[in-house]
Amino acid sequence: MATLEIHDLHVSVEAENGPREILRGVDLTVKQGETHAIMGPNGSGKSTLAYSLAGHPKYTVTGGTVTLDGEDVLAMSVDERARAGLFLAMQYPVEVPGVSVSNFLRTSATAVRGEAPKLRTWVKEVKEAMARLQMDPAFAERNVNEGFSGGEKKRHEILQLELLKPKIAVLDETDSGLDVDALRVVSEGVNRVRETGEVGTLLITHYTRILRYIKPDHVHVFAAGRIAESGGPELADKLEAEGYESYVKGGASA
Amino acid sequence: MAADVNTPAGSTTAGSVQVGTAGAGAPLAGPGTGRTQPIDARVSAIASYDVADFPVPHGREEEWRFTPLERLRGLHDGTAAATGGVKVAVEAPEGVTVETVDRDDPRLGRSGKPVDRVAAQAYSSFEKATVVSVAKDTVLTGPVRVAVHGEGGTAFAHLLVEVGAFAEAVVVLDHTGGAVLAANVEYVLGDGAKLTVVSVQDWDDTAVHAAQHNALVGRDAKFKSVVVTFGGDLVRLQPRVRYAAPGGEAELYGLYFTDDGQHHEHRLTVDHDTPHCRSNVAYKGALQGEGAHAVWIGDVLIRAAAEGTDTYELNRNLVLSDGARVDSVPNLEIETGEIVGAGHASATGRFDDEQLFYLMSRGVPAEEARRLVVRGFFAELLQQIGIPEVEERLLAKVDAELEASVA
Repeated sequence: MATLEIHDLHVSVEAENGPREILRGVDLTVKQGETHAIMGPNGSGKSTLAYSLAGHPKYTVTGGTVTLDGEDVLAMSVDERARAGLFLAMQYPVEVPGVSVSNFLRTSATAVRGEAPKLRTWVKEVKEAMARLQMDPAFAERNVNEGFSGGEKKRHEILQLELLKPKIAVLDETDSGLDVDALRVVSEGVNRVRETGEVGTLLITHYTRILRYIKPDHVHVFAAGRIAESGGPELADKLEAEGYESYVKGGASA
Repeated sequence: MAADVNTPAGSTTAGSVQVGTAGAGAPLAGPGTGRTQPIDARVSAIASYDVADFPVPHGREEEWRFTPLERLRGLHDGTAAATGGVKVAVEAPEGVTVETVDRDDPRLGRSGKPVDRVAAQAYSSFEKATVVSVAKDTVLTGPVRVAVHGEGGTAFAHLLVEVGAFAEAVVVLDHTGGAVLAANVEYVLGDGAKLTVVSVQDWDDTAVHAAQHNALVGRDAKFKSVVVTFGGDLVRLQPRVRYAAPGGEAELYGLYFTDDGQHHEHRLTVDHDTPHCRSNVAYKGALQGEGAHAVWIGDVLIRAAAEGTDTYELNRNLVLSDGARVDSVPNLEIETGEIVGAGHASATGRFDDEQLFYLMSRGVPAEEARRLVVRGFFAELLQQIGIPEVEERLLAKVDAELEASVA
């Protein structure tokens, strides 16, 4: 069973007056089949955790370890991490002008699967996955993320999740900016992948809204660069009622 | 990633918008309009068929300051002697007349005068001209192919493409081999005619090519030019557009891939002197390697008479390595406020690391991701050509260029 283990992770970014530490000792273990929600106020370092796991060059790991089934993730390049089974659904995916969605998906699937998918089954696979996410087939001929609405970008991210079938999926604020209908469609997509039991999900969110559609096994409160409290789904209910205030204060004095 | 990631060392980007007087004769108000210099220095520049009217450039003139004169092989100072060695072969579908004519053929030179000494030298020196004509109302079934192949010589050439009223044609002009070539190319479009011209500079690395392309666009005619420059040691092209009557439309697209030591210069001029005409310019280049130098000059003039003009020009450059240099200078001179629109944009940037990260986070190796992004950068432009066969061929050339150079 695939396991992602994060131990005492420290991460800094380059700021105007030298490096600034954002993650201050994160410990977390995510196993295949589990869903963990990471919730926290703005600026607590949730997205930094997501991008650090994916290997974004802006973030420097200054301490700690990340392993996937015992393999050192931090030693891998960005593409190696993806091929090892890590997937990051981004909050703000970038435009890639001149590269069509269909070309992009096929290039990614070829890289992650290690061989080009057979054309006939591939076309069918993409078509069906798009239909499930209520995406117009014409979408495949558009350039990646170019002129996409917020909802289209998120559907496109989840489409990749369904096609690339990672071992560990990190969803960075996938719910932000979505109306209720889009949130439902996107959540159903995530749930289809979860139901296979083959993915461990790290759901990063500011709001409890998405947890009505995607039920987590574990909820962690993120504050001031580390996990401040962990619990079951009931912790989300507490956050819904009380907000992050007690954690923000706690974080400030820590 | 530093904050200045989009500002490669050694690139310059400059632009100017000059505003003259409004149609009603009242000066346009607003900051930046209080200029004292003449607004149209370029309008009054020399234009002549005779090389003797141009002084030998020394390199500091506005139109020569980016060009390495020592690499022009004497085209600019009268020392280049014609030796022949450049073959021109025309393949044309039914409905096209191809002729080789003498210098004094009255059809030559109507599209405009040479505007620099090299073009005037070519005009003063060519012996025979090639004339490709499409009679009025003729719609061609396939493209006309003009193959210009250099076999190591020096030549002065002249080509006229004439498309009669309401005729439609596609002309592909291919430059291959090695040569020192100075040329004038004329496109004359009758009323309501449609002409698409694709000029591909796929020269060997030693070639020197300087040419002026003049288009004269008839009433309600549509002219589309696609200039694609990959090869050569020095390529300097001057696509120019004028309108013979109202309602004309010109689309000028360009693509260049400038490698180690290459000098690629594209100097565009759109002269809006006629009302209700449109122009759209989009040139994109990628540069890689030590001494790669691309120059893009986009001059758009909207003269007082040209009410209802709609124009836009864009230049984008992607710098893939250190040691490359881009000079990008859009100029917009406006003498009337009674226009539909006028705009310009120029941007020169490094490779976008966020695009690279996005593709790599989907398992795509760095090298392949870079190729995909550069290919996409050009594909976006090629998608606008509107002729699938030409698009595919050019994209295949881009792929070959990327395969050889982007690692």
